[in-house]
Order: sequence, then structure tokens, then C-alpha cells
Amino acid sequence: MTSAPMTAERVGADEETRPDLPWLTIVWNDPINLMSYVTYVFQTVFGFAREKAEKLMLDVHHKGRAVVDSGTREEMERNVEVLHSYGLWATVKRDD
Amino acid sequence: MSGGFRRSPAGVRMSLDRAEKAVLANLIGQLRQLLGELPKGDPGLAELGISENTEAPADPVLARLFPDGYREDGAASGEFRRYTEASLREGKERDSDLVLRSLGEGGEVTLDPERAQAWLRVLNDLRLALGTRLELGEDDHDRFRDLDRDDPEYAMIVTYDWLTQLQDGLVHCLWG
Repeated sequence: MTSAPMTAERVGADEETRPDLPWLTIVWNDPINLMSYVTYVFQTVFGFAREKAEKLMLDVHHKGRAVVDSGTREEMERNVEVLHSYGLWATVKRDD
Repeated sequence: MSGGFRRSPAGVRMSLDRAEKAVLANLIGQLRQLLGELPKGDPGLAELGISENTEAPADPVLARLFPDGYREDGAASGEFRRYTEASLREGKERDSDLVLRSLGEGGEVTLDPERAQAWLRVLNDLRLALGTRLELGEDDHDRFRDLDRDDPEYAMIVTYDWLTQLQDGLVHCLWG
């Protein structure tokens, strides 16, 4: 239901990763969620400033997905659960 | 339809006319009916927020509202679903209760932060439901431009656009 690529490419090193924290929260592009809403959700859930939230939203929009957080598996599952409650299309991934 | 949200010193003010409220209540009723179709599983486990279900729902709208937590890892996705699906459903039911209650209040309603979040999530769920039923794709909106007014999809896309305006308006109110 989206133009997001279905490949398992390695996530780019320029995104929000820390090498000591091996699990990632990924948000995927979808054609329904509003850009304003996705920005607002990033601000609300992660406490990001609006500028940073907007940049991540645009990454999702243009690249098909973006890493929005990294940490332990439990932390990433908690993130994804909250993002799902807001209707965002998010998944957990090991940073391999 | 002209109602919507605006900022006031007391918080976000919601003002919708009777017809607009009726449309929203009807859509929320349909959403609640759909949520009721999710398997509930063992009541004892459900109390702990655990369901026995590990499969993504077959209905495309439910599958979008309750997405997989992992890609390319069915086992991890199934476990994630067991531990999160029940509380996700309960959250949606709680949110829609809050919205239905504010729809039942007369005149202009002031939304506290909790109710404003519930409104945002419910408007989003309704957009996801309609958009998924319409099989909306990226930059797909032109597909609907020449629809006949009698086409059932015409009413759906008009409603979808209206929900989009409402939600975008609410986000901008919350930004201030």
C-alpha cells in the first residue's frame, strides 16, 4: 500500500544510530498519514524539536523510511507500540 | 462542512455542527464494529494484555490499524502482536469513547490535552480506514477527480478530504 521499497538494505550511517545500541525503530512511508501529523507525533513521542521532527518526517517521505531511534530491543518495541497507537507504520529492526 | 478546531486561551475549541457530528459518530461506530472483529482470545491472558493471536488480521483496514512490529521476521512479529495487540485495541476503544463523549456535548467543546490527543488518533484511524478501503496510493488523488457523484467512492473521498482538513487543523492548533 505504499511506494516504500521492500528491500532489506542496510540503514545509512547518516541516520539516527548509535553503534553501542544495536536495535532500531524504523518508520515507513505510507500514502495516508499527513506530513504535519507525522511531524507532530515525532515531537510528542520522542520529544524532538519541531525542526528535527520535520527533517525525520521528510526522510520518511523521500527515502521511504527513516530510523527514528536506537537502543535496546525492549525500548524499540515500546517505541513501535506507541507509534502504532498513533497509526504510524513502524517496525523494530536489529542494526546488522 | 465548515466546523473544526481553533485555539482559545482555555485550550483547543472544537466546534462542529450537528451533521458533522453525526458523520463522525457514524464513522466511529463503524470503526468500533471493525475493532470488535479482532480475535479476543483467553480472557485471563487478555486481562494481562496478552492475546493468543500472532497473525496479522486478514481485513486490510485492521491490518493497517494493527501492523506488524517486525519485517522479515514472522516469529518476532507474532510475539510482538501477542503482547501489544490487546492494549492497542483498548487504547483505540478508549480514544473513541472520549471522542464520542465530546461529540455528545452541546455547543463548543474545549479539549484538554488528553482529549486533543484522543481526537488526533481517532481522526487518523478514520483516515487510515477510509484511505485503505479506497486503496489510496501516493499522489493518487487525481484518480478521484472525475468520479461520478453517485459513485460510492465519491462520498468516501469527500469524507476523507474533510477528515484530512480537520486533522491538519487540529495539529496546527496544537502547534499554536
